[in-house]
Amino acid sequence: MSQPAPRQLFTVTVYSENCVGLLNQVSVIFTRRCLNIEDVSASVSSVPDIHKLTLTTWSDRPTMEKVVKQIEKRIDVLRVFLFTDDDIVYQEISLYKVSTQRLLEEQDLESIIRHHSARILEMTPDYTVIEKTGHPWETEALFDRLRRYDIKQFVRSGRVCVTKSPVEYIDMFLEEQNRRQNGNNDLSD
Amino acid sequence: MKELQEISPENPVSGAEALVRAIIAEDTDTVFGYPGGQILPVYDALYDYTDRLNHILVRHEQGAIHAAQGFARATGRTGVVIVTSGPGAANVVTGLSDAMMDSTPLVVITGQVGAQYLGSDAFQETDVIGITQPITKWSLQVRRAEDINAAVARAFFIARSGRPGPVVLDIARDAQTGIVDTPYRKINFIRSYDPSPVLNKSQIEAAAAIIRQAKRPLILAGQGVAISGAEKALARFAEKASLPVANTLLGLSTIPSDHPLYKGMLGMHGNVGPNHNTNRADVIIGVGMRFDDRVTGLASGYAPDAKIIHIDIDPSEFDKVVASTVAVHADAREALEALTEAVGERSNEEGWLESFDRCARIEDREVFEAELRRKDQAPMTMGEVVATISEATAHDAIAVTDVGQNQMMASRYFRFRSPRSFISSGGLGTMGFGLPASMGAKIGRPDRTVVCFLGDGGFQMTVQELGTIMEYGIGVKIVIMNNNFLGNVRQWQNLFYHRRFSQTPLLNPDFNMIAAAYGIQSLEVRSRAELPAAIEAMLADDKAFLLNIDIDPTDMVFPMTPAGKTVDTIMLSPDIYFTPEMIEKK
Ligand SMILES: Cc1ncc(C[n+]2csc(CCOP(=O)(O)OP(=O)(O)O)c2C)c(N)n1
Ligand SMILES: [Mg+2]
Repeated sequence: MSQPAPRQLFTVTVYSENCVGLLNQVSVIFTRRCLNIEDVSASVSSVPDIHKLTLTTWSDRPTMEKVVKQIEKRIDVLRVFLFTDDDIVYQEISLYKVSTQRLLEEQDLESIIRHHSARILEMTPDYTVIEKTGHPWETEALFDRLRRYDIKQFVRSGRVCVTKSPVEYIDMFLEEQNRRQNGNNDLSD
Repeated sequence: MKELQEISPENPVSGAEALVRAIIAEDTDTVFGYPGGQILPVYDALYDYTDRLNHILVRHEQGAIHAAQGFARATGRTGVVIVTSGPGAANVVTGLSDAMMDSTPLVVITGQVGAQYLGSDAFQETDVIGITQPITKWSLQVRRAEDINAAVARAFFIARSGRPGPVVLDIARDAQTGIVDTPYRKINFIRSYDPSPVLNKSQIEAAAAIIRQAKRPLILAGQGVAISGAEKALARFAEKASLPVANTLLGLSTIPSDHPLYKGMLGMHGNVGPNHNTNRADVIIGVGMRFDDRVTGLASGYAPDAKIIHIDIDPSEFDKVVASTVAVHADAREALEALTEAVGERSNEEGWLESFDRCARIEDREVFEAELRRKDQAPMTMGEVVATISEATAHDAIAVTDVGQNQMMASRYFRFRSPRSFISSGGLGTMGFGLPASMGAKIGRPDRTVVCFLGDGGFQMTVQELGTIMEYGIGVKIVIMNNNFLGNVRQWQNLFYHRRFSQTPLLNPDFNMIAAAYGIQSLEVRSRAELPAAIEAMLADDKAFLLNIDIDPTDMVFPMTPAGKTVDTIMLSPDIYFTPEMIEKK
């Protein structure tokens, strides 16, 4: 028997029509294989009317290649791409809500913020909201640093990413579909 | 038939009527269904279209969807089902899952509560889209009448194109009662869906190069061959390039059983030749099949010496179970025609074709002998019943099966002359499939004899459909192979669970009395001597007929590849395994 393929973190981007229930269609494909979705984000894409889902999961490449094809098989899905971290530029955003009181006792608050390239979004007598955008290890580092000020709430968004590729495959795909449609207009039967 | 005026702002109709007209516009003449509160507007509209649309009122929604599956598989057309919300919709779930597995084109219309009630746990509301999304090719909830035309057009296009499958339209009551004022238009394009891949010349050339070099090739033909209408193309390819052909369960009847290059069925209870030779082949050509685990056995020990050429219209099948050397993403017929040209004539290693026949002789001696040629007083077997009925119908009937030993025996011993002659629940293995599926098959193909092989267990899962058979006079030939056991499970208990027959004996009612209650003629067959006359009586006219046949409960289906074993691990009987030496010994 061959060695099991190594596990790594994969990023899957799904380009789809913007329709109700799309996320469910995609997520059940992970569920079936007992794959835990680490994080997910849904957004518009650069193309009008086309939606983009970004999901990350720990798995191995053979499994993920099957998952990608099974997602792509869903009718409302246009294209699916599979990436590892080297292929993409990616970021996540984190918000930290800490006690203002405790924060003000700290001498080098400003330098912490500057050092972590974070910023203060909102400050009230009760709480302060700090925002940091970065890679997971960067937002985690700030979390560790702020821990002693009593973090009341913390949240990290799903990953967003763009590819490093010089080619925009989704645009190529759409052009191809346009050609297909134009060659396909005859509805006589 | 009254002339239909095109729907327009001057001639608006209700959403329900637009739905009915759209279904008709998609060349549908038969629908299977069951009414209820949230689909009432559609049933009201149907009332005016009975001259164009034949609605078959089943006795349970599961019966409707299996009937539609049988109809679709016998005809190649799209099966249409109409049911109400909540329980009606929930009752078609098994059939949806079955149709998804077996690539059957269905459009299933479910009623749904009014849009303002959605999500409120309203009476008979259920989350149809949530439930069905993972087991349908596509599903959509329609909330507004003006969306009905587009939804139906998409539904039919998606259900029948590419790799076919079931589609659900969940139609809220408001959409049924609202107004539609635009005419129906079919579609053949969806930008996110490409069901007709363009044949890739380099894939064909790569496959052809491998096949030309092959010494021990084997074609595995699946249902994709039937779906693409590639039966002739398959035979021509096999003949021109002298390639032996084996069928998957759902591929049966894509090549005539008596074709000299047809070498039998694959899989757990398939024939020795193709299963054993799978692991001796140097090239496997899978056409419109998906290397299901019942076909491959232990996947890691599957066809170790073979290059795999996989032809399929669904690219997600490539490398899913078995890694392919060349994947040909194409319609089966186009690919086979192109390959016939590209490969040309070639020949096999000496003895390759004959090796299948040598295996068949071993199977004949070790399996057929006990199954088909028992002596006078010995209890009857399913194999002999199937073989005798096949013979009596000149091997040209449609065989529909339920699930279990009856199914495996029917697949092994029924023989085929024409395409689309074997209808069985393959991927899901749904007991209760057989009887309603046979009704649909007979309605779709009234010109053909339809024989339905059932077990005593599975018959009782959808036995209520005898009412539908009675009401519509559907001339199906119902053959209950009655072993008073959940025989297939019993077989496993016998072989692998120390003969502990936990919950498999059945105390059955008198099936002949049940038939009589539905006004269906029947006979009980207790001995071999009675069988030929009973079959003759059954086939004498085109009416429904039921045979209740006593079968030896201890009989088992062999050969058998035990689950988790390699495809060439073949039991010929409880204590004899097939070995290659048997071939040499003669
Ligand atoms: C709906 C459903 N439930 C359970 C099973 C598991 N199962 C497979 S075969 C079988 C026994 C079938 O018994 P019967 O219908 O009498 O057929 P036989 O095997 O005796 O021919 C069972 C319980 C199934 N396939 N489908
Ligand atoms: Mg039984």
